[in-house]
Amino acid sequence: MSSTATSIQLEPIKGVVSRTPLENALRRFIRHRSAQVGIIILGFLTFVAVFASALAPYDPIKPLRDVKRRSPPCIHVLGCPADQPQHFFGIDSNQRDLLSRIIYGSRLSLEIGIVTVSFAILIGTALGAFGGFTGGWTDNIIMRVMDVLLAFPSLLLSIAIVAVLGPGLINALIAIAFVSIPIYARTVRASVLQVKEQDFVSASRALGASPLGILAGHVLPNAITPLIVQASLGIASAILSAAALSFLGLGAAPPTPEWGLMLGEERNSVFNAPHLVFIPGIAIMLTVLAFNLIGDGLRDALDPRLVNVS
Amino acid sequence: MYQFLFRRLILLIPVILGITFITFALARILPGDPCYAVIGEKATVEQCNAFREREGLNDPIIVQFVRYLGDVAQGNFGESLKDRRPVAQIMLERLPMTLEVTIGAMLFSSIFGILLGVISAVRRNTAVDVFTMIGANIGVSMPVFWLGLMLAYIFAIFFKDTPFWIPPSGRLSSGISIPPLAETYQLQNLHGLWGAIVTFASNTVTFNALITGNYEVLRDALWHLILPCVAVGTIPLSIIARITRSSLLEVFGLDYIRTARAKGLRERAVIFRHAMRNAMLPIVTILGLSVGGLMSGAVLTETVFSLPGVGTRLVTAILSRDYAVVQAFTVVIALIFVFINLIVDLSYVFLDPRVRLQ
Repeated sequence: MSSTATSIQLEPIKGVVSRTPLENALRRFIRHRSAQVGIIILGFLTFVAVFASALAPYDPIKPLRDVKRRSPPCIHVLGCPADQPQHFFGIDSNQRDLLSRIIYGSRLSLEIGIVTVSFAILIGTALGAFGGFTGGWTDNIIMRVMDVLLAFPSLLLSIAIVAVLGPGLINALIAIAFVSIPIYARTVRASVLQVKEQDFVSASRALGASPLGILAGHVLPNAITPLIVQASLGIASAILSAAALSFLGLGAAPPTPEWGLMLGEERNSVFNAPHLVFIPGIAIMLTVLAFNLIGDGLRDALDPRLVNVS
Repeated sequence: MYQFLFRRLILLIPVILGITFITFALARILPGDPCYAVIGEKATVEQCNAFREREGLNDPIIVQFVRYLGDVAQGNFGESLKDRRPVAQIMLERLPMTLEVTIGAMLFSSIFGILLGVISAVRRNTAVDVFTMIGANIGVSMPVFWLGLMLAYIFAIFFKDTPFWIPPSGRLSSGISIPPLAETYQLQNLHGLWGAIVTFASNTVTFNALITGNYEVLRDALWHLILPCVAVGTIPLSIIARITRSSLLEVFGLDYIRTARAKGLRERAVIFRHAMRNAMLPIVTILGLSVGGLMSGAVLTETVFSLPGVGTRLVTAILSRDYAVVQAFTVVIALIFVFINLIVDLSYVFLDPRVRLQ
């Protein structure tokens, strides 16, 4: 039997390339139109964030001299007198170059999104995997607590947590991360329950694999798909929530170049210097949009069943 | 069906207990001694001991929790440190505004969201569809408060001196006010729960104006509500449009729709009488879930439009460490959210015969 099996040489059929499921998913993702847009925006933002210090024409925090507060954008090719220094996005209420602040803000926003979501995934995965694996009353208690956390409007719960911890960027991030734990715990638990009883898991258990080994080797790789999708969408909403908290004055403290805070500080300038409000908002929107689009693309790419629905 | 209702109500109990416990526990881990927060930094040890005894802070934690639960059930939320007034009173003043914005935004988002979703689904892959879905993607990515500010700018400055001008802030135009319901109907001597209900209804300006027939005020109040509601409703609108589109497309492929078309029904009847009924379940679910976002959005946009609601008060409470207010608002809004989702679940009974026949 084995001799015949080795003697058969499968000729690859012309025009058909065999691909692993991962390669297939990757191809679907790269061909997904909204994912393409998302990747382009995110690539641009990452570039700006990484090279912020080289790209920003001015210091994002130190006020400039010889400029008028809230002056509109000054761009030479668009008719701004050549003897004035260029300020593409204008000057804010504290005489700082808005463009430089926006550029540095991209760094902060991406960090906020990634840090909070990583933290939430770490804790959520641990809780969900533990609950799903052990089952019984530990599982029950963990999931009931998660249910209760989900019963709060999420932004409101983070506001309440910030109220306890005190305003500040770090506290705001802790609050946002904490509030998003239940989603990941649920996602991971669902995957664990799905995989737990399957034959290959029983087999490796019979071969003497430790529960932790099974978790790392079999369960988590199967949970990774929904987690990736959820993480991408989660980064989007974390950035929005952080901006909201900073806008209310509960997050980043001035003079941090945080987009939400910039919006909050310039709230009252909207009628005489609308660009100071418009531009940070667009920056937030583009970043959130990028992660939402990538999340959508990932979901369609990683779950072939959904391909024909939308 | 009754079994379904009963089971749903039973499931509510641990959630409500959990919500109150979390808000209760958050207050306990608050840094700083509550005694010094209330009496002041100069409080003596004796004063503090007396305070702790009086407030029951020396009791076992479970006793304190049960007492808190009883207080919440009776609408007793303690006293605001800043205003030296019962929090319940502040709530009766502030909550109506937030609910008006929430409900307005909900109407806006569900009506236009479903409409856009249906159009997108029917005209699948046409320019209208692509445009709507791009719009929906952008819609979910916008910060609510930013959209609010932009709308305020566009409608108050850009459309100044045109009929499209819409007031960018406040609840009513200056010079317009409405007498409390208690005064209109001679109900001043009502106290307790009924008194609270009358005050609440009275502070709900649109409701007050509507039932007293004060249409001038009603028009003005609604006019001021337009921008906040549009701002708050845009994110849910985008989500509802997407869900409506995808669930309709799913239903469109089914046999009974083909049958309905084959027997010559008009397309409108096929969509609204046949397809929509089945597509409605996920839409209603999303509607219920988006209430949380709507209320958070209302809390956020109030600062933008200077509306006297929960949000503006919540922020001042946090900045002045007035935790009784934060705690009360959190627990009440969470309970409203849970309650609305209960209604959504109960609506399945009417939307889905399978639930009714269980």
